[in-house]
Amino acid sequence: MPENRYENPGGPVTPSPRPGQERYVAPVDEGGLGAVDAVKADDAPTSLWRDAWLQMRSRWLFWVSAVIIVLVVLVAAFPGLFTSLDPRVCNLAQALEPPQAGHPFGFDRQGCDIYTRTIYGARASVVVGVLATTMVVVLGTAIGAIAGYYGKWFDTILSRITDIFFAIPLVLAAIVIMSVTTNRTSFTVAFVLALFGWTQIARITRGTVLSVKNNEFVTAARSLGMGRGQILWRHVLPNSAAPIIVYATVALGQFIVAEATLSFLGIGLPPSTVSWGGDISAAQGAIRTAPEILLYPAGGLALTVLGFMMMGDVVRDALDPKARKR
Amino acid sequence: MLWYLGRRLLQVIPVFLGATLLLYAMVFLRPGDPVAALGGERGLPEAVQEQIRAEYNLDKPFIVQYLLFLRGVVTLDFGVDFRGREITEVIANAFPVTIQLALMALAIEAIFGVGFGLFAGMRKGGIFDGSALVVSLFFIAVPTFVVGFVMQIVVGVRLGWLPVAVGRDPDFISLLMPAMVLAAVSFAYVLRLTRTSVAENLSADYVRTARARGLRRSQVTGRHVLRNSLIPVVTFLGADIGALMSGAIITEGIFNINGVGGTLYDAIIRGESVTVVSLTTVLVLVYIGANLLVDLLYAALDPRIRYA
Repeated sequence: MPENRYENPGGPVTPSPRPGQERYVAPVDEGGLGAVDAVKADDAPTSLWRDAWLQMRSRWLFWVSAVIIVLVVLVAAFPGLFTSLDPRVCNLAQALEPPQAGHPFGFDRQGCDIYTRTIYGARASVVVGVLATTMVVVLGTAIGAIAGYYGKWFDTILSRITDIFFAIPLVLAAIVIMSVTTNRTSFTVAFVLALFGWTQIARITRGTVLSVKNNEFVTAARSLGMGRGQILWRHVLPNSAAPIIVYATVALGQFIVAEATLSFLGIGLPPSTVSWGGDISAAQGAIRTAPEILLYPAGGLALTVLGFMMMGDVVRDALDPKARKR
Repeated sequence: MLWYLGRRLLQVIPVFLGATLLLYAMVFLRPGDPVAALGGERGLPEAVQEQIRAEYNLDKPFIVQYLLFLRGVVTLDFGVDFRGREITEVIANAFPVTIQLALMALAIEAIFGVGFGLFAGMRKGGIFDGSALVVSLFFIAVPTFVVGFVMQIVVGVRLGWLPVAVGRDPDFISLLMPAMVLAAVSFAYVLRLTRTSVAENLSADYVRTARARGLRRSQVTGRHVLRNSLIPVVTFLGADIGALMSGAIITEGIFNINGVGGTLYDAIIRGESVTVVSLTTVLVLVYIGANLLVDLLYAALDPRIRYA
């Protein structure tokens, strides 16, 4: 083996050209282009959603909020799984009794089991929150998308209507309207909240649709002969979905708080419906003697809202590439 | 700027008309007769009901009622309520306390929100940042009335530091706790907004330039980072004045304050529809005014908006 005394093992190496080549050509995997080629074509293409999912599942906050949300939804759907008692069966003789076997949270002023009422209270909050959010997303997206996509006088009229509804604070409007509403159900509460809560989503959707609709893929779709409505539905809306989803998650939490506020004021859900807001309102009467009975429904409420708010945070971070980089 | 001002002012008018018409319709175009309900179980004689209806214009078509109401708004004469009190006077009595409460809440959320937000943003990802985020989420998630009760129990009753409820003549000390409760949710939003904004601006080119010029850390933070980060925060705070005034309904109820919220809630319970609509109209006016102010401020700060 001929020894080259000038060769420095750590220094630059100039490899000899391969047979048939005039000078050295780096194999593909050594050059910078190798990294590009190394992406296997049969891998699923990385989309915004896939990236977001990969990023989300590595955060503990995502798992904590997911567990809270799943638990709350489970409790709301099947309260019977978590307690065998009836929340409406109360014994006044047991009023304000402390926690005991089978009644971990004790009894409230009416002698109802607080644990059972806290479990059954989840349904009202979740139903109102989900209903109101669904209505808001449908209404807000439709109005915002039509205003942003069709423009011209559609935009003028719809934007003015949005401004009008935006000028009335949500809780104020809900209080005024619910106070004159005699038929109070989960649906009417959700409807009133949605009626004044859709403006933010409409504004967000209008903004994103405006920025999406001038993209090349929209021009391409149009030149392929796709109809305007079809383009809006198939191309523009899916590409504007990210901010809507983020806002909807946060809005769900806000609607739950608003519903509890209304029920607390006595103009939300009727007393016959077990709800956290109503129970907090009832506990208010014993605030000096037994303040702890207030904490259970309040805790359930806070935990639920916290779950959705944290999820909103995580989803926003995951869907915003600008925030991800840092 | 003047042109922009005129355009924005013109835009406010249809919004105000639409919003008041909406509220007016929601309260008055509903089943049930407020006058018939006045007499309680026995009811009032038909002639008396007719007279009251005529007095409050309730016998006229809806749109005429609304226009008469608008005239009242413009001339600052809302008429009298069902108990014979001048509504304008009721409003004038209720507003000072609420304005004081809202301004105190605004000061609290601005000072603490911006302060904590700045610290959290400067060390994004640190321990302080993490705990500030969790605490702010907590404030957003827990409804105002729960925060109010907990404060009453802990600070008012157990510790005895601040008065539990506010009496007839509210002073600074007795309004401190309600103001803190009212500020709680917005405080959390201000904190998060400041934090994000500061963290974003820290990596901006002009901050690197400022550092390269050899400015001290405090100078860079105070003069460059903070000042630029405050633009979105000021926007939020301005718009929040209106939200705080209507959010005071809950807080005033808990602490027994005779402000706008307390009066409004009273009027709702008693079915004083005229008072309800008048008070809400003033609140909506404040809300619209605050938003307008913010827009103008923004346009003054950022020339791009004026010419858009």
